[in-house]
Amino acid sequence: MRYERPETITDATALLENAPDRAFVLAGGTDLLVRMQNDDFEAELVVDIKSIAGMTEISETQDAFVVGAGVPCAALSENAALVAAWPGVVEAANLIGSTQIQGRCTMAGNLCNASPAADSVPALVAAGAQVRIAGPSGLRTAAVEDVPQSPGKTSLKKGEFIEAIELAKPGPRSGDAYLRFIPRTEMDIAVVGVGVRLVLDDAGVVTSARIALGAVGPKVLLVKEAADAVIGTGLDDAALDALATACSDAATPIDDKRGTVEFRKEVAGVLARRAARIAYTRAGGSQ
Amino acid sequence: MTAIAVSTTINGDDVEYLCQPDETLLDVLRNRLGLMGTKEGCGTGDCGACSTIMDGRVVCSCLVLGAEAQGRSIETIEGMAQGAELHPLQRKFIEHAALQCGICTPGFLIAAKALLEEKPDPTEEEIRFWLAGNLCRCTGYDKIVRAVQDAAREMRGEAA
Repeated sequence: MRYERPETITDATALLENAPDRAFVLAGGTDLLVRMQNDDFEAELVVDIKSIAGMTEISETQDAFVVGAGVPCAALSENAALVAAWPGVVEAANLIGSTQIQGRCTMAGNLCNASPAADSVPALVAAGAQVRIAGPSGLRTAAVEDVPQSPGKTSLKKGEFIEAIELAKPGPRSGDAYLRFIPRTEMDIAVVGVGVRLVLDDAGVVTSARIALGAVGPKVLLVKEAADAVIGTGLDDAALDALATACSDAATPIDDKRGTVEFRKEVAGVLARRAARIAYTRAGGSQ
Repeated sequence: MTAIAVSTTINGDDVEYLCQPDETLLDVLRNRLGLMGTKEGCGTGDCGACSTIMDGRVVCSCLVLGAEAQGRSIETIEGMAQGAELHPLQRKFIEHAALQCGICTPGFLIAAKALLEEKPDPTEEEIRFWLAGNLCRCTGYDKIVRAVQDAAREMRGEAA
């Protein structure tokens, strides 16, 4: 195995473009190094991106927060402006693993590991986050939901890596939330995860909504029917019932010892309802 | 594989070593530098026995490559006592009998040290959350939590 620590994006993309098939990007390493312990896993090249300028920083433009691909999740909750703007995203990212894992794991890594149960991903999708993808032909942006394709597979092409995640600065009267179900009380993998983002008008009517489900399909699901169920409402009981039904219907989970299909579909609805209430309150609505 | 030359700081000392590209920081500490206080439990980031502090954040050294330590500052259990004088956490772990076999202890001490540096007066719930990534299979967690609370009190200058 070769280990490279490029200092520019150009060098990193060149390394990845000209690399053998078994080439991996190293950000926090909390997934990659675990895989490297397996005897049947072999990396020919590991490209550590953390020495590239800006990669371990959270910066702000006029319109957005830009979270570098190497920013550990523990650093998200230390950024008061980010927590105030996107509490649901930060809470979701902070659910990943232990204190020790939080010190290293990244949202970009969580996304690129392409586990359907990744906690930060439904929250990012609900938030409408974009990824900046560096590649041999330059920079492109994509919606977070377009990155994972199936368990372990992403839409990134050879030579490409995620440089940063962009979260738009929210306007007034908007709020987000993420909830998950796990069989233990803490430190477990989501059986169902739900991210919700709502925008309200001055009267408390939902004008915009994004609802994303994790762990109930091969990739994160953005459920338009669930958003349609609450847009134009004041999140009354009828709207919440319709939201829950839409989420349960959209879920296509696996059946395993951690949760049956029936259970996971039911819980998708229950959590969507609860997360929507939290997002609504955070957006300044009162029920 | 070509060895990689790494310059880093460990417990305040400048350290240079050669390591293989796929070698973990844990293996470097134990096998190359003779710092055997950092323990290997699971080797996959689940148990916290290999906890070290890297640039102020507690991490599992089994999930860090030795090569990644270049230019970083690493703290291990060997740097915790000042000469013959134990760190208050170490003393309180002994006083409260917060250990039996001792394999998890360096990891707990390092993680607890990082907690008290960030939060000198944590609640019991905060202590339990923070240490949830450190597993003990002998003594249970209550004595460990009591020891951390007692050390925190002493470090804040409050009477025991």
